[in-house]
Amino acid sequence: MRRRRLVAVLLAAVSVGGAAAGCSANPFGGSAALTVYSGRNPNLVDPLLDMFEKETGIEVKRRYGGTAELAAQILEEGAKTRADVFFAQDAGALGALQKADVLGPLEVGTDSVPARFKAPDGTWVGVSGRARVIVYDERTLTESAVPDSVFALTEPTWKGRFGIAPTNASFQSFVTGMRVLTGEARTEKWLRDIQANGVKEYDNNIAVLEAVDRGEVDLGLINHYYWFETAKERGKDALNAQVKFLGNNDPGALVNVAGVAILKGTDRRKDAQKLVEYLLSTPAQTYFRDVTFEYPLVGGVTPATGLPPLTEVSGPQIELADLDTLEDTLALLDRSGLT
Amino acid sequence: MLVIPALLVAVGALLPVAYLGVRATERGFDTVAEVLFRERTAALLGRSTALAVSVTVASIVIGVGLAWLTVRCRLPGGGVWAVVAALPLAIPTYVAGFAYISRFPSLAGFRGAWLVLTLYSYPYVYLPVAGALRGLDPAMEEASRSLGVGAWRTFTGVTLRQLRPAIAAGGLLVSLYVFSDFGAVSLMRFDAFTRVIYQSYQSSFDRTPAAILGALLVVVTVLIVVAEGRSRGRVRYSRTGKGTARRPAAVDLGRWRWPATLTVTGIAALTLGVPGVTLGIWLQRGISTGQSFADTGEAALGSLTAAGLGAVVTVAAAVPVALLAARYRSPLANAVERASYAGHALPGLVIALSLVFFATRYVDVLYQRLPLLVIAYFVLFLPLAVGAVHAAAVQAPPVLDDVARSLGSSPWRVLRTVTAPLTAPGVAAGAALVFLTCMKELPATLLLRPTGFDTLAVRVWEETGAGEYAAAAPPAALLVLVAAIPTWLLTRHGRDLT
Repeated sequence: MRRRRLVAVLLAAVSVGGAAAGCSANPFGGSAALTVYSGRNPNLVDPLLDMFEKETGIEVKRRYGGTAELAAQILEEGAKTRADVFFAQDAGALGALQKADVLGPLEVGTDSVPARFKAPDGTWVGVSGRARVIVYDERTLTESAVPDSVFALTEPTWKGRFGIAPTNASFQSFVTGMRVLTGEARTEKWLRDIQANGVKEYDNNIAVLEAVDRGEVDLGLINHYYWFETAKERGKDALNAQVKFLGNNDPGALVNVAGVAILKGTDRRKDAQKLVEYLLSTPAQTYFRDVTFEYPLVGGVTPATGLPPLTEVSGPQIELADLDTLEDTLALLDRSGLT
Repeated sequence: MLVIPALLVAVGALLPVAYLGVRATERGFDTVAEVLFRERTAALLGRSTALAVSVTVASIVIGVGLAWLTVRCRLPGGGVWAVVAALPLAIPTYVAGFAYISRFPSLAGFRGAWLVLTLYSYPYVYLPVAGALRGLDPAMEEASRSLGVGAWRTFTGVTLRQLRPAIAAGGLLVSLYVFSDFGAVSLMRFDAFTRVIYQSYQSSFDRTPAAILGALLVVVTVLIVVAEGRSRGRVRYSRTGKGTARRPAAVDLGRWRWPATLTVTGIAALTLGVPGVTLGIWLQRGISTGQSFADTGEAALGSLTAAGLGAVVTVAAAVPVALLAARYRSPLANAVERASYAGHALPGLVIALSLVFFATRYVDVLYQRLPLLVIAYFVLFLPLAVGAVHAAAVQAPPVLDDVARSLGSSPWRVLRTVTAPLTAPGVAAGAALVFLTCMKELPATLLLRPTGFDTLAVRVWEETGAGEYAAAAPPAALLVLVAAIPTWLLTRHGRDLT
């Protein structure tokens, strides 16, 4: 009896579900629409793509996944890829696809985007940026007392007073940037020195920010938008943590981007180009600024209030696509005990 | 009659291994040697093995203990405990791991990974052992006791020995699960195989080192499966006497009754209480911010479709393999059964990429369509079904088949009228187990689902990825509730045997 009930439940599940799949978002659909593989979260990207659909009438099919997983999938698909456009969380993934020669030329006007935020060969372009910053507890420190360089964190003054999120991807790309900029030896020394100087480790950027806000540590290294998000949520005045941008060319001021590329084999090149153009247009750039608190990358769209313009946060001079040597960074973090 | 379908199934199960062979060697054997003989690789192997062994041992202790307490003893609450003990299976490790790490951050590392994996994979031991205990003929134990052997020695010398195949089969699934799990080790930041394989994709976008580590994982799997096969030996476990087995009398624990109840309750508090509280907090926050269950409906139907089809296809594929292994102990039958385990320790991401590779090259028409996702579930979870069907098949005396044959029935008729009814409970159990495991699956689902096709697991991933825990609550709660149904059915099936 019970056996039969189980079989009945399974069959019901299959038939009901099958019917639903048949009438839902067209899972077996053809290639009429433009297909975007997005490594950025749907909650962020869906409204943006909806805006694009409304404006142009071009239907966009969206496949969401992790940036790295989707990059591996595109490489595995080769010429058979279903992706017309790849929207990546970071420049490293785009650089890897470019090296594997699966990206086509954008042929979209990207002159308004600074050169350091796009591929030299024109295969991808950054559409929004995030800066590494230092947050401090305004109850114990004035802005001028806060260091201008991450290298100052090894000084005895800061012993046990600062926090990081070492397993976070953004911290790891900052370390990669430091390696590219200052070399392996100096980076390894810095990693060992901050540990000797009593660095406190946290799970993620938000936890670092919270720790500074409640006074557990005086300084913390995070991405800028976490502070702006929290400031909007709770009100700027309710926060004890304040934000400071590090000095120019300091590895701690790295600006990384999320970017897009058009796949080489796409048969919807025109529509794909329209999407890239749209992501660089004022409405999309304003969306990044106001909704996700990222940096707009196109000249002419001013950053959110309280953010210094990108020209002032010039950050270290490195090719973002060179941040694809994370494996060496992980080995380095492993060696120095920060995992 | 069984050989050809069984061979086809084995070939399907070996697809990921072929893919790993291609990717691992594409840059020559120097790279293979370089990755394999890195210091980090040896450390990784040691860490993962230590985790697998300690989780397996702990799971056997908890699984066998709970099975004995819930099947053989009188506990206040009665049959409820049999269901409660199996329910952790309904909770994905990425939900449970999150609950633990956010409440107890100091658990990060080996301890946390060990705790979460043990708490959520011991049911793989509990279920077959509870089933076997119910089907066990008490005559042997009674004979032992009547000959003056004490209760404890009877338990270790007679009962446990008869439970050995069930314990070994469950332990095998636990150890392979530990190698393949990503949720617990990544949340606990413990560098086991899956986490390092993921990092390899994430950090260098290079598929070769990841494939080499995957291939190493396959070798480890083969060693574990062969070792389990050895431990099974050539003993027979079906009844040989006349008549049917009686139900054993329930043990009265006397003054141990309350400590035993406390233990069972404590384990339930750890497995169900901790994630329950976290989900409750999410839900509460969700309701107060106006989240509703309404938009999870489509994702729920997606989950039911994919998991339902996955269960049906996987069990259908498992039947010939399990029957072949149970009835004919030939080297070929053994090899086919072991091949079915090939992909079981591999992370879902590797299985998914291997199917992307084969589908886009040879059967492009299936790519990003539901059948390919179902095939991925079949490759990932075949051993769960094979194990369940096999366990039922070996408890049915093979002599019944022989008698039917000798009386002139055709092989097909024997299969239909004798073997099938005897193994049906195993088929149902395998289907339920595969169904609920498919419900929880995430990495392969993300890569292989049709574009726009959502499941509950995908929704949980999307919302937690954006930090929207309130919005993640409805799909997460629904996922656990729906997965609890087959889990509950699993605890019932053992009774059909008696």
